Amino acid sequence: MSERTLTELRELMIASAGVGEDELRLGGDILDTPFTDLDLDSLAVLEIASRVERDWGVSVSDAVANGFKTPRMVLDFVNNRTAVR
Amino acid sequence: MPGFVTKDRVPGRLVPQTDHWTHLALAATDLALLDADIRPAELPEYEMAVVTASSSGGVEFGQREIERLWANGPRHVGAYQSIAWFYAATTGQISIRHGMRGPCGVVVAEQAGGLEAFAQARRVLDDGARIVVSGGTDAPFSPYGLTCQLSNGRLSRIDDPDRAYRPFDGEAAGYVPGEGGAIVIVETPASAAERGVPGYGEIAGYAATFDPPPWTGQPSALRAAIQGALRDAELDPSEVDAVFADAAGDPDLDAAEAAAICAVFGAYAVPVTAPKTMTGRLYAGGAPLDLVDALLSIRDAVLPPTIGVRTLSPDCRIDLVRDRRRQLPVRTALIIARGYGGFNAALVVRACQVPTKRSS
Repeated sequence: MSERTLTELRELMIASAGVGEDELRLGGDILDTPFTDLDLDSLAVLEIASRVERDWGVSVSDAVANGFKTPRMVLDFVNNRTAVR
Repeated sequence: MPGFVTKDRVPGRLVPQTDHWTHLALAATDLALLDADIRPAELPEYEMAVVTASSSGGVEFGQREIERLWANGPRHVGAYQSIAWFYAATTGQISIRHGMRGPCGVVVAEQAGGLEAFAQARRVLDDGARIVVSGGTDAPFSPYGLTCQLSNGRLSRIDDPDRAYRPFDGEAAGYVPGEGGAIVIVETPASAAERGVPGYGEIAGYAATFDPPPWTGQPSALRAAIQGALRDAELDPSEVDAVFADAAGDPDLDAAEAAAICAVFGAYAVPVTAPKTMTGRLYAGGAPLDLVDALLSIRDAVLPPTIGVRTLSPDCRIDLVRDRRRQLPVRTALIIARGYGGFNAALVVRACQVPTKRSS
């Protein structure tokens, strides 16, 4: 399976928050931008984790989800898991 | 609600995070703040409070998530379900959106809760808040939401819209539920005067009672609530110009309400109306809308009508404002609300006593 990209994660983040890209300010290089700076609170991150599990088929425990602080952390977790399989 | 386009009224991010009942309240809050000339950013955050009423909670959101749970499993239930269903969600989202960090709360007492919210708003003002966003909305129309309501046995089973909800009629056979409500800005007369904003009216008095258990056969405590509200307002019954009735649409409940009104005011002694015959009963949103109707009656000297009643029940000896609006000066109005399970609330509003810079 190919690696998940920021573009794919961005789509998933937009779907989670239910708003347009402009309003969420998710454009550009946001790999290391903390979710809090993107106006995504802990519940939004939980929703993202839930969609990762549902849409990408990678199971995410609550403890792991709580540890997600940036988009890169999500992608690293997902891609490492996928590589191990 | 026809004509309500959520994305035009609610910030995009809040749409998927909140239920429709919260959407309605967020939209109404924006309009109320505009109408009251309040810019929250300019006021101390801890002096702005939010007290709303809710009856159904987020049953549209909940319906969607239950269907996902049923069809696809627990992993498909969205994280926002945890906050969207909850009765306090509307108060919380208004508080967060406008930075209102004063006392916040929610009242849940079915239809009576809509008046209790204003009573609580008054207490919060007594404790030092400057403004309170108050009132209530409900959006009870998902299949699961409607199923919850069916259990009270009071919903109309009549399909004909002209005959379905006819409170105080000899053929009353239940009520029609509705969706919506009203949000009102409550503040002290001194604060309104200082801001130079004309008020629509004053909350003059309020009381609530709770009915004895049905199996005791003891009468309803509604009369005591009405008398308590008048006492709190220091008003004689003869000073009340109009009554906005609870209007349950059930023969026994209608007769009990009419009897309470007669006991306090006398038979056919005060105009009684139920504009909720035009919207359906809005649960937590019903009494706030009645309060707005009462305040506009004071402003415009006209009472909105009760529609659909063909023959007044002989058990209801009241002067019901039927079919057409009635023009008359209104200075003081009583609003009655009963909540399923024994809640009674009564609230008196009157024209502003304290002159403001601009007359209302």
